Amino acid sequence: MKMFAFTVRNVKEILRDPLNIMFGLGFPIVVLLILSAIQANIPVDLFKIETLSPGIVVFGLSFMTLFSAMLISKDRGSSFLQRLYTTPLTSTDFILGYFLPLLPICIAQSAVCFGAAMILGLTPTIHIASAIGFTLLVAWLFVSLGLLFGSILNDKQVGGICGALLTNLSAWLSGIWFDLNLVGGTFKKIADCLPFVHAVELERAVLRGDYAGVFPHVWWVAGYASVVSVGAVGAFILQRKRG
Amino acid sequence: MDAIKTVGLTKKYKDLTAVDGLELCVPQGELFALLGVNGAGKTTTIKMLTGLCVPTSGDAFLNGKSIVTESASVKQMIAVSPQETAVAPNLTVGENLFLLAGVHGFPKGKSAEKVERLCAQFNLGDIFDKKAKKLSGGRQRSLSIAMALISEPQILFLDEPTLGLDVFARSDLWDIIRGLKGKTTVVLTTHYMEEAEELSDRVGIMVSGRLVAVGTPDELKQKAGAEKFEDAFVSIVKGARK
Repeated sequence: MKMFAFTVRNVKEILRDPLNIMFGLGFPIVVLLILSAIQANIPVDLFKIETLSPGIVVFGLSFMTLFSAMLISKDRGSSFLQRLYTTPLTSTDFILGYFLPLLPICIAQSAVCFGAAMILGLTPTIHIASAIGFTLLVAWLFVSLGLLFGSILNDKQVGGICGALLTNLSAWLSGIWFDLNLVGGTFKKIADCLPFVHAVELERAVLRGDYAGVFPHVWWVAGYASVVSVGAVGAFILQRKRG
Repeated sequence: MDAIKTVGLTKKYKDLTAVDGLELCVPQGELFALLGVNGAGKTTTIKMLTGLCVPTSGDAFLNGKSIVTESASVKQMIAVSPQETAVAPNLTVGENLFLLAGVHGFPKGKSAEKVERLCAQFNLGDIFDKKAKKLSGGRQRSLSIAMALISEPQILFLDEPTLGLDVFARSDLWDIIRGLKGKTTVVLTTHYMEEAEELSDRVGIMVSGRLVAVGTPDELKQKAGAEKFEDAFVSIVKGARK
């Protein structure tokens, strides 16, 4: 009950910010439309809707890091969080209260992106539902990153690091916009060591119905998500203790 | 039983001693003002008493419960209105109040009852559906204090409650704070001498982390040999610094 009240507040804070809606939903759909238009004129395998749409879904989820980090850092920056720290809410209530509301938002965002992709020619199959389900794993990673950055950075730093750096990093190193094999070398090795390309390949495999193909990507994403989650929980508790 | 009793309460940050062996007793129902210049240790004291930071040594007992070993019980009986206005900006006035009722675990019916009562008490009815970020500074501060009162705390901490408010908003808030006297133990920090003199039963003056004087405003004036309370404060602080 106590955590639920806090969770509801966080959902409202996120959804009532028009910038969140614009970047979280509008921007990925605009990118999907532009790249589909390019594909219609200059066909590129990478921009085929069944290859492109899982990438756009993952790209859209990267904004969840920004939303969650911004919410937490703003709460920390104002006295609002201090006030809530003096209530009976526990650290678990706070962490889950920040984490859980983002998951249904992620699911809704993925569903809207795949819906737009279907309008643009993606064949409706049951695998789309599975791909939406698998976004929870990717969402775990991005929302945990948000909890981590929100606990250690102020809102201006969050804007720069999560809004500009992370979204670009996850976009360039994910194989959404170009084939990483074409670049090769150190760039590809770095991309392969990070979770973003694995998140995209995971979603692509599920959308194809190739469930064996989710491996080893699922381990990369889950591994990173686990490590980041532990770091995020530690960082949050530490900043709370510092007062 | 004292509502607040501190025993050698100390907070150190590396080389800096923010609060130094504070010994203080506040009886139940008293409105106690904590005065001091910037960096005197008022906010750190409030932070320790409300569980926002842990004492380096010593302890404090709020209605008999230790802030060190029984912080969960302490949090059930206190509320804080922080120095900055602490409201959720994108939530309406009503939603902010329901949020605080919710995090204290009150069921829906009881929450609605409390929200209705506080809206009447603080004249928030006409702005019930307005987002908090669109309110004036004074109304935000009223909302912030109303949020603190929703749990019907036994002890209320008001950190600079009227900072930055115009005279009318301040006067309204003074009326509200006066209305709490006797029912709720209130610890108030303020930079406004007239506020402390007007509202408080007793005043404590902190200098460099130490409590250097405690008494009613009249007692402190008498002690300092000053006619005005502000002069008494300045004299006591200067004396303690020598």
